[in-house]
Amino acid sequence: MSTDRGTQTFQSAPPSGRLEGLPHTVSLKQGGGGRAMRALIEKLFVRDFAALPFDGVGVGAMDDGAAIRIGEEWLVITTDSHVIHPIVFPGGDIGKLSICGTVNDLAMMGATRVLGLTCSVILEEGFALESLEAIQRSMLAACIEANAPVITGDTKVMGRGEVDGVVINTCGIGLTRTLVRDNALRAGDRILVTGSIGEHGLAVMATRHGIEIDGELVSDVAPLNSLIETIVADVTAMKDPTRGGVASALHEMASKSNVGIVLDERAIPVLPPVRSVGELLGIDPLHVANEGKALIGVRAELAESVLARLRAHPLGRRAAIIGTCVAERPGSIILDTGFGRRLLAEPEGEPLPRIC
Amino acid sequence: MNDIPLQFRDPNLARSLAATLARLVGDLGRPAAVMHVCGSHEQAIAKFGLRSLFPKALDVIMGPGCPVCVTDVPEVDEGVLIAAQGARIATFGDMLKVPGTVRSLADAQALGAKIDIIYSPKQAVDLARKTTEEVVLFATGFETTAVATAAVILDNPPPNFSVLSAHKYIPPVMEIVAEMPGSRIEGFLAAGHAATITGSAVFEEFVERHGVPVVIAGFEPNDILAGLVELVELIRAGTPRVVNMFPRCVTREGNLAAQQQLWRVFRSTGGRWRGIAHVPNGNLRLRDEFAHVDARRRFPIDLSSLWDYAPPALAGQCICGDIMAGIRNPRDCRLFNRECVPENPVGACMVSNEGTCKIWHLYGGVPDLEASA
Amino acid sequence: MREFTATVDFWGVRKDVRLDIVDEPVAPGDYILNHVGFAIRRIPPESVAETLALYETLLEGDDTDLMTGDVRAEIAGTS
Repeated sequence: MSTDRGTQTFQSAPPSGRLEGLPHTVSLKQGGGGRAMRALIEKLFVRDFAALPFDGVGVGAMDDGAAIRIGEEWLVITTDSHVIHPIVFPGGDIGKLSICGTVNDLAMMGATRVLGLTCSVILEEGFALESLEAIQRSMLAACIEANAPVITGDTKVMGRGEVDGVVINTCGIGLTRTLVRDNALRAGDRILVTGSIGEHGLAVMATRHGIEIDGELVSDVAPLNSLIETIVADVTAMKDPTRGGVASALHEMASKSNVGIVLDERAIPVLPPVRSVGELLGIDPLHVANEGKALIGVRAELAESVLARLRAHPLGRRAAIIGTCVAERPGSIILDTGFGRRLLAEPEGEPLPRIC
Repeated sequence: MNDIPLQFRDPNLARSLAATLARLVGDLGRPAAVMHVCGSHEQAIAKFGLRSLFPKALDVIMGPGCPVCVTDVPEVDEGVLIAAQGARIATFGDMLKVPGTVRSLADAQALGAKIDIIYSPKQAVDLARKTTEEVVLFATGFETTAVATAAVILDNPPPNFSVLSAHKYIPPVMEIVAEMPGSRIEGFLAAGHAATITGSAVFEEFVERHGVPVVIAGFEPNDILAGLVELVELIRAGTPRVVNMFPRCVTREGNLAAQQQLWRVFRSTGGRWRGIAHVPNGNLRLRDEFAHVDARRRFPIDLSSLWDYAPPALAGQCICGDIMAGIRNPRDCRLFNRECVPENPVGACMVSNEGTCKIWHLYGGVPDLEASA
Repeated sequence: MREFTATVDFWGVRKDVRLDIVDEPVAPGDYILNHVGFAIRRIPPESVAETLALYETLLEGDDTDLMTGDVRAEIAGTS
């Protein structure tokens, strides 16, 4: 076993007290999109950075991105690093993911018009150029679909074993008149999802675990900005359920908005192969990543109209009203299973297959 | 096949079964406690919110039915020490965070150990075939999983493959629980898939010895409710016997081919179950004939090298054992949801998705939403 | 199907399952009970109806519950 990495240079740093309650070294679950990751980010980064003077929606909001007021409009900025194993998965690859992820983060804040994207690539020595070309091609296709140009970038190469294949960071900027946040739900609001859930996470996991699927289970990775554009004026809160899935995203929305959410499990669209792979691996589709879905809060009286507009768009055909915000149990998600009611757990990190 | 799970998940049938259950418990005229001994039962109960359908006077206790939770600290240590020697450890996802004396497999992984998460023992063999590295299947689970391990051992695995068996055998621990002083358990719900292997007959002597009924049930919501209805009926009638409510999979004699492979590869031996007790015949270890695939013989394992480390002080306050024995519940534990959380578990029950503490934690610290609302 | 492996359809998803320890010979079209990638039981198709009939007997005599009648009709319809 190697020694703890990253300790040599910083041994003399004075203890700040912020690491209290955190493990001594970084573990994988801290990147899983659940509570462990939030704890790390809140304690290590947000506290100090949020204290720096800034006029706008900044890092303290822990939203999908940041927003700066410019005249009548908001400039929205977001950044995301993409790592995925395998780099090619059913329905997409790391290239498409890196464009859609950032476009969607902008869209979640209302910025459906993308001004430009940056693209930084870190490559491992020995990475096949052919694979890199394929990644670039799918980035380009996604850019065209999202009407989002890559306008600057950076490339670094690291030695064999120093990075796993390829890491892509993209940063996006967009403009919007309506800034949408993830913290503005009110009791009585309806919760909508723009389509069936769990496809990306379970498609990737099925590939990793050698479960053969006949083209039926593919990642939902897609740029959502054209879909969101049709409804953005009528939403009260929005978030894309990526890592950590619907469960994690709704918890975040509920706790930031100080409401509870009652979900009707039977109303949540789940494709049969997602259900099957979830059962096989013991993983709840509510806990895994989506890369082409949004959770949307709307006033009750607008729910049907928003639903109709979503369903009229190719990416929103399976949209559904799945829940209602309540004043009770703020921060909790109550799942009505059809048998009874229970609390929906917020996943801790990336879910792993279980045994009995 | 599409309609099968739907029939066993029909909410209307569930409500009728629940109404019958409530009537039977009412007829009993007193509170009663029953125990299930399978993590999959608790998982289904929690996932479908079934506890909100159980009558208040019926206490459905989760027993030592989580194989990950009862994997003992020294067994985790063995895995960690083998990983430290450079071997790849292939194991089920739930095992990753189970605390050992000094570290868990996840801690070892963060320090550079090679840990592969598998879904089936077969994947560990596939992995071994693809590499020249030593691959050790850290095998946990009850008899149902042990037969799968036995099958891969009997199927000519490559020479770089070995098995660290932490497999456990359920019937002996039921004896322990039934004999615990102050046990309130009046009936047991046995796991359908374990009984698929062992057959229902394995429980007949148990029922005779202890005078409590055993009902074998499957894992769909209506399987569980129907199992409980039958169990309470037997308690009310005062006629303890074994009833098989999972006839689509369980027979009296069980899966003989699987039993034969199981006992050809494994022998049962006494050993500690984490937090419970020493369980005579509760551990499954490889027979001498299979020494060549036994990781305990292939790798030097010096557990005493860990003894310099004092066990974490908090571990002494963990009451996982009493919880798994059904004597206390997580809210009786002073660590529950304070020092002991899934991010930083003290006891194994907070680690596994089938552990009582983890399940209670996930479902808001209470298993029954209606009761707490 | 190969000697010790079968491809099993889990409600639309195919996965290879080992047949080393299944209780009786399996033929294409059979239902099986899977545990960690191994078939541990061939499920006779008629046993599903058998189980549902068993549940029905539990509800018998429980006419206090209005829904019971509907459910019985439902079971009869599906089995």
